[in-house]
Amino acid sequence: MNKIQSASDLYQWREQIRSRQNLEDGVVYVCGGTGCQALGCQKVKEAFEKELAKLKRGRKIVLKSTGCPGLCEKGPLVTLHPQDLFYQKVKPEDVPRIVAETILQGKVIEDLLLEDPADRRKILSSREVPFYRPQMRLLLGNNEFIDPTRIGDYVAMGGYQALAETLLRMKPEEVISEIKASGLRGRGGAGYPTGQKWENCRRAAGEPKYIVCNCDEGDPGAFMDRSLLEGNPHSILEGMLIGAYAIGASRGFIYVRHEYPLALQHAEIAISQAREAGLLGKNILGTGLEFDVETAQGGGAFVCGESTALIASIEGRTGEPWSKQIHTVAQGLWGKPTNINNVETWANVPLILQKGSQWFSTLGTDGSKGTKIFSLVGKVKNTGLVEVPMGTTLREIIYDIGGGPQDGKRIKAVQTGGPSGGCIPASLFHLPVDYESLSQAGSMMGSGGMIVMDEGTCMVDVAKYFVHFLEEESCGKCLPCREGLRRMGQILDGISEGKGDSETLPLLEELAAVVADASLCGLGKTAPNPVLSALRYFREEFEEHLVHQRCPAGVCHSLVRYSISPEACTGCGACQKICPAGAIKGEKEEPHHIEAELCTKCGSCMEVCPTRAVLVC
Amino acid sequence: MDIRTVDGIVEKYQGKRTALISMLHDIQNQYHHLPEKALRRVALRLKMDFTDIYGVATFYKSFSLTPKGKHSLTLCLGTACHVRGGPKILREVKKLTGIGPGQTTPDRQFSLEVVNCLGVCAIGPVVVMDGKIHGEMTVGKVRRMIGKLKAKESGGRA
Repeated sequence: MNKIQSASDLYQWREQIRSRQNLEDGVVYVCGGTGCQALGCQKVKEAFEKELAKLKRGRKIVLKSTGCPGLCEKGPLVTLHPQDLFYQKVKPEDVPRIVAETILQGKVIEDLLLEDPADRRKILSSREVPFYRPQMRLLLGNNEFIDPTRIGDYVAMGGYQALAETLLRMKPEEVISEIKASGLRGRGGAGYPTGQKWENCRRAAGEPKYIVCNCDEGDPGAFMDRSLLEGNPHSILEGMLIGAYAIGASRGFIYVRHEYPLALQHAEIAISQAREAGLLGKNILGTGLEFDVETAQGGGAFVCGESTALIASIEGRTGEPWSKQIHTVAQGLWGKPTNINNVETWANVPLILQKGSQWFSTLGTDGSKGTKIFSLVGKVKNTGLVEVPMGTTLREIIYDIGGGPQDGKRIKAVQTGGPSGGCIPASLFHLPVDYESLSQAGSMMGSGGMIVMDEGTCMVDVAKYFVHFLEEESCGKCLPCREGLRRMGQILDGISEGKGDSETLPLLEELAAVVADASLCGLGKTAPNPVLSALRYFREEFEEHLVHQRCPAGVCHSLVRYSISPEACTGCGACQKICPAGAIKGEKEEPHHIEAELCTKCGSCMEVCPTRAVLVC
Repeated sequence: MDIRTVDGIVEKYQGKRTALISMLHDIQNQYHHLPEKALRRVALRLKMDFTDIYGVATFYKSFSLTPKGKHSLTLCLGTACHVRGGPKILREVKKLTGIGPGQTTPDRQFSLEVVNCLGVCAIGPVVVMDGKIHGEMTVGKVRRMIGKLKAKESGGRA
């Protein structure tokens, strides 16, 4: 590959790729994201390779392994062009049929189509998928059609054009004004205005300056950053290049958590391809801009998503935060000015420069502009990544896009903001999602995890889960966080076993206030949120555990009991066969029962019962 | 343990201190844990104090100073996997292997880890067996999975 030395080189290259792409005969897009890989997409791709090789010469069907469009639950996903067909849950044995019938004869294979859960209508094109339809997929949209390991795919779609135009037409200060005018706020959770952060870093004294892309997406239940970096890594690099120009930075890091091996691999491939093309290094596009990026890997520590801990980790030290009296934009990596933005924030940058701040600021609400990606998971029908304009209501996301509850249960809350956020009850689902509304409700935007909870979720268990999570992830440097969380965890353990009295909940609240006030970094300061929001909206569930020794959701292990409903049981014997403790008694075709003293409460009888006769309370 | 292997890993990252965590990951992939000798070698090559390397090796949860088992079992207990029944799976795995998170069976066959989210929440609960992700896990499925591996291992020895 020749080095791209000017903007016209870039345009020429793009035209060259487009003319050589040869996509007219057809393209098979197989999702290669982590979710689909877990469901066996690699074998599907291999089967396509084999079948397509058998086709006659002269007909060239292109096979592309793409990034994650976010509908992981229905994977492996296959999209066919020019037929514009979307097949889901594709198995390797389906591939010969797809090639013979759809690709060669243009026939639709009904049983591979997705079904609209509302009216059982079969859906042909990915654009009609009910899960995607209400979305505005500005950032995620290209994931479906780009092979993330090929820079050419990104360039052919107009990639790096925003960079070229920015470098040629704008001064760094103008770029900063443009980002400020767009109203873009940090997508990592806190929502700090991005343009302001860039300006602070540009003005800070010290050379060299660094920029960092934070892909330490530690919030459990959130995977939008994984999907973006894995599925479209060049868009992140382009955003970082524009940021580097605006801020005056010469080096950048992409910090990827250890749990995302594919995202790391794709980031590394993208960096080396961009370097080879001359889009990283010296004199980028002939403009004299010098900038290079390398990756840094995490080691399984949640606290490293915090900016100062992240810096310590990149420097090769233990990831302990320090007091933020001096911000990282002034003194970050090796004491030099460092601008850290989250993956999704960087992904927005090329878009803003390309379409203009004015366009961007028309999306969203007064205080929160643009779109936001949420990962909608938990007890909801359709799970996956959802990109919607800020200000969309929780109800629209959970019911219109997510399709509402699973198995006819009642949804009672949604958890947003990860371990720093809180649970929002169903009575507040009319709230729009923006930074302010969510924090007023006692939660926060966070990085965008949205975990739906139904009547089978116990709020004591959820509060306990987050406190133990943070207790384990606390770095231990400051006492309020280290000891306070441990004590809160002990109290919650007690509640989940029905132990405690009238003093227990007030004590928990008092302790939570101390941890929030006295902790050093964001981890500890926000740690009590999940507990306080659960107490605020679901206090009666806590009291039920304490006063009546009952877990209404049937979750808290030491309070639950399994039983079989004699009316619903058909005596099929499936539970008896699977029970490892031999606790289920009863004759064939007669109602069975569980002997409580033998039962280990493993729950496998409930999993296998075809008539849902196994009850837990 | 071969000093040259460790040197090779250090050189792969041009001896940069910023790559320390990546180096430790590579060493762990090679030896299934971080042997003390390897850590001492890294300290020497990076001109760092051994105590600092030890600090990093013990701070980050991905690293282990004791040898791991032949098969690695990783359970995701992120929020989405948690509300979908992850703890039930963990209880079952503990019962089947007799070990808890962070431990290795005495016969060095299995190591159990728990992580907080692998980002494949849409198909939770998720279990990773020897690097391969298995989604939509149930107590029954995990029992079969471990049973199969155990049978294979005891068959191999017989």
